[in-house]
Amino acid sequence: MAEIKITDQVDITDVVCPLTFVKVKVAIEELEVGEILSIRLNEGEPVQNIPRSLKEEGHKVLKLIDNEDGTYNLLVKKAED
Amino acid sequence: MEIDYGSLKRGGFMRQKQKGLFSLRLQVVGGTLTAENLRKIQEVADRFGQGHVHLTSRQGLEIPYIKFEDIEEVKTELAKGNCKLGVCGPRVRTVTACQGNVVCPSGNIDAYKIALELDQRYYAKELPHKFKFGVTGCQNNCLKAEENDLGIKGATAVHWLKEDCIFCGVCEKACLTGAIKIAEDQITLDPEKCNHCGRCEKSCPTAAWQGESAYILSFGGLFGNTINQGEAFLPLVKTEEQLYRITDAAIAFFAAHGKAGERFKFAIDRAGADSFKKAMEEAYHG
Ligand code: SF4
Ligand code: SF4
Ligand code: SF4
Repeated sequence: MAEIKITDQVDITDVVCPLTFVKVKVAIEELEVGEILSIRLNEGEPVQNIPRSLKEEGHKVLKLIDNEDGTYNLLVKKAED
Repeated sequence: MEIDYGSLKRGGFMRQKQKGLFSLRLQVVGGTLTAENLRKIQEVADRFGQGHVHLTSRQGLEIPYIKFEDIEEVKTELAKGNCKLGVCGPRVRTVTACQGNVVCPSGNIDAYKIALELDQRYYAKELPHKFKFGVTGCQNNCLKAEENDLGIKGATAVHWLKEDCIFCGVCEKACLTGAIKIAEDQITLDPEKCNHCGRCEKSCPTAAWQGESAYILSFGGLFGNTINQGEAFLPLVKTEEQLYRITDAAIAFFAAHGKAGERFKFAIDRAGADSFKKAMEEAYHG
């Protein structure tokens, strides 16, 4: 896969639902359309549900990277409103 | 004055512990009431009851402390707000439902629409004993399908399209049963582990997981004096036509084989689980 250029990152491993998605939303709002956000999230509920919530908001999930320490980095491309 | 408890009960008036007072049960389908219904309920509870309502465990609504002599007037008033009276006794009871896929992101089926159809087909139908339908939109089972005589659970039958997959890794984690394994350039689905929750299809960013809505039916659930988890033995039900063919057959089986005062589960056990399963399989195949 071609190199993905990350614009910004956010760490949501320090909050729980529903703040996880709120934090993601705030971070993604800072971006321009087409820019890429890297989200660091915990295993369990966040990794199971955050990708779907982003899809429902219309954004494009590109890659889920397993950090092998109980966290993941999710790369998502901002879509138009 | 003669009190005809039989006809009162059909009309949803539950005799209270207090002499001459009734708790009035309303018909609610799939846990939904309109604002118009609620305004009328508020008025009736204020004028004829004691200014409160009771929400039952199965999404029903009762207005307690209605005086016997007010019953006719209360009925007339409620009808003006398009409120219908509930039922008790040996009949098909309130059809319950969760929000389903119209509102809930996890939903696989339109649970309310199914509840409305079941209500139209069977509500208040007399049977050997009470009979409860419950419709839940997905495996999260908010509506607890298996505690009903006949439970319906929304499912998604999924399959993977390799050409659309970008191997992002999301679905393997979204799946709660460990049914999905991603290798270099291949995904395998373990059909033994898949419970048809639809989470892979809902989270895949490229629609590489495709799915069709389906129904899982469970039979013979009880959650009262006896507790029994309804049994799901049929394969996925794929169409509404097939669904109602099976519900028709289940109701017909109960009417034909149940003894008065016997719940569906015990009628199935007495008639023989094998003959019941055979009847349901026949309806499944049409
Ligand atoms: S059972 Fe599923 S569809 Fe229904 S409300 Fe719960 S999560 Fe939503
Ligand atoms: S979520 Fe979709 S694109 Fe990502 S690995 Fe699974 S099937 Fe492929
Ligand atoms: S439908 Fe549910 S259980 Fe089956 S593979 Fe997809 S996520 Fe896993």
